Amino acid sequence: MIKHFINLEWKSFFRSAAFQTNLVLKIFMALGALYFIGLFTLAGVGAYFGLEEAGYEPLQTLNKFMIYYVLFDLIIKYMLQKMPVVNIKPLLLLPFNKAKIVDFALGKTMLSFFNIVHAFFFIPFSVVLLAQGYDALHVITWHLGMMALIYVNNFINVFLNDAMALVVGLGSVILGLGALQYYGIFDITPYVAPFFQGLYDTLWMFAIPVIAAIALYKVAHGYFLKRLYLDAGLAVKAQKASTENLDWLDRFGKTATFLKNDIKLIKRNKRSKTTVIMSVVFLFYGLLFFTGGIESYDNPFMKIFAGIFVSGGFLFSFGQFVPSWDSAYYPLMMTQNIRYQEYLKSKWMLVVLATAVSTILGLGYLYFGWEAYAAVLVGGIYNMGVNGHVVLLGGAYIKTPIDLTSNKKAFGDSSAFNVKTLLITIPKLLLPIALYAIGHFTLGPVFGYALVALAGVAGFAFRDFMFKKIESVYKAEKYKTIAAYKQKN
Amino acid sequence: MIHIHNLSKTYSGVTVLNIEELHIPKGESFGLVGNNGAGKTTLFSALLDLIQPTTGYIQNGESKVNESEAWKSHTASFIDESFLIGYLTAEEYFYFIGELRGQNKADVDALLAGFTDFFNDEILGKRKYLRDLSKGNQKKVGIVATLIGNPDVIILDEPFANLDPTTQIRLKGIIKKLATDRDITVLVSSHDLIHVTEVCERIVVLEKGKLVKDIKTSEATLKELEAYFSKEEPLVE
Repeated sequence: MIKHFINLEWKSFFRSAAFQTNLVLKIFMALGALYFIGLFTLAGVGAYFGLEEAGYEPLQTLNKFMIYYVLFDLIIKYMLQKMPVVNIKPLLLLPFNKAKIVDFALGKTMLSFFNIVHAFFFIPFSVVLLAQGYDALHVITWHLGMMALIYVNNFINVFLNDAMALVVGLGSVILGLGALQYYGIFDITPYVAPFFQGLYDTLWMFAIPVIAAIALYKVAHGYFLKRLYLDAGLAVKAQKASTENLDWLDRFGKTATFLKNDIKLIKRNKRSKTTVIMSVVFLFYGLLFFTGGIESYDNPFMKIFAGIFVSGGFLFSFGQFVPSWDSAYYPLMMTQNIRYQEYLKSKWMLVVLATAVSTILGLGYLYFGWEAYAAVLVGGIYNMGVNGHVVLLGGAYIKTPIDLTSNKKAFGDSSAFNVKTLLITIPKLLLPIALYAIGHFTLGPVFGYALVALAGVAGFAFRDFMFKKIESVYKAEKYKTIAAYKQKN
Repeated sequence: MIHIHNLSKTYSGVTVLNIEELHIPKGESFGLVGNNGAGKTTLFSALLDLIQPTTGYIQNGESKVNESEAWKSHTASFIDESFLIGYLTAEEYFYFIGELRGQNKADVDALLAGFTDFFNDEILGKRKYLRDLSKGNQKKVGIVATLIGNPDVIILDEPFANLDPTTQIRLKGIIKKLATDRDITVLVSSHDLIHVTEVCERIVVLEKGKLVKDIKTSEATLKELEAYFSKEEPLVE
């Protein structure tokens, strides 16, 4: 029976739409995975020596902060890792033992990337511990204990399917505890560190997380076995519909029809909501650059780079995938009484409005001096004037259907990579930096900022011309796009 | 109204559609039948400029569908669920289509009022998004949406599939009414020979992409079609 399951998994992996694409994409995917593995490995090795160099006892210090690591892992798992419910349905009718099906599904979550990747942190760290003369038996029990904790998280996550409130609560608790500790008001670590340290000091203690993980597996198993029905555990939750009045948008004329639709699209679908959250995160991206926290970021060119990202979070996360947001009903859009220009203009308007809001919210960067905000401001102008058009143009070549109701792949849609989209990235990021550099080296930074802003204004002036161009590209790509959207993963 | 000339579609060497000449006059109710893979949906997709024909062209109204977009203002269609917007409620969807077709909310409401029976109290005011409706109810929404804004051409791909018996009978009534209107051209495809002979004045049979029968509907049509589809040997190879 296991053989059948493995066979099915094998086929579903290698025959998935994402995998069946071109070689370039596969290389990108492999590089992405290697990047994370490398990052964790480096962190594992680096954590020891870094802490030692800073004058801390590495293992004890790590144990002290382990509570944050574990809680953060749980949140990440909740956000990104889902029970593979869909694959279970067709198995129900076949002569498979139900308990086996549950075992299979839970086993599959155990092999998930989100669990395995931690091994790439803990194994190198443990190896370094051994090499540094820590007691082998104790290191091994500590290691087992840690991995068991990761699996405890894995099985907790299985239950958490729709407990957003709980996770937001947990997130706030972490942030709160972190803040309290940072400002020296209250430190939770002395209370929990002994547990993690105990996993090393006391031989038998590793049994606690291991037994907890096994117990949770049993509970999860029972829970799903009972709910292995289409209207219970396998049901897709129907949202209660909310209607809203967006008539105030009617002042934008024909464009308003689509604008209203897009706002509903964003508010009512998981995937697009994630996008908006992402664009808020982008607002804080600039902190890395303007606080001087990272040395290699601390130069004027990188500041323009930051300015583009701070104001353009929505532009990059949403605008990039126009018209894929409408992929589920693209044939409707193509047969209705719609002029391409109006459709594109509404998307453009949405992106520009969001960019304007981000640019205003970016006023906080004034705290780091006028130059920091100048970078955000000219970045915003450039985004509105030039990048607003460029992302629409790029969207015509990204023919990835978007499943609005699922959050999967919300982070980095892998199939978005192809040569044309890469080429289109150049004017988005490199051109403003180049413009700034020209100004910076001739008449000074102010001239540099002015040049970038000027390019943005020029973009506005050529708006109608740009729209004509974009329209013709969309028309030329129309049939290919419709065919591509038909392919579901 | 619609003129098809020398139309063919070939996918990697396999010709799935090949129609030399087909003329559908204004006001006709036109039925398309054929087994799976006969090319019905391909023909409708080409008619809506959703796929590019390998050769030939389709003219809808004054112009060719792939050259001008003028046909979009007088043509309404429902092919499959990709013509629905899943995150809207039924009302919002109708109003959206209405806005695109120059109808205000009152116009749309007036039209919908005539379909209370058809909706069977399962569509309007239900606080449900279209993606959460059953397949049959989704279809009802899609079909009624094609009637918004008085289109001249209505294209429905297998409208009877997935509907319950009561709704099938009501839908027949709706299509018959449209068929009597000499300004509206209705194109319907179906696997149900009884339904299609009842509502269409002309029936075309496709087989493997070729037009094999073009019948003006009469008493004998159903018998003829049944005889044709129960045959042992295919007529065309």
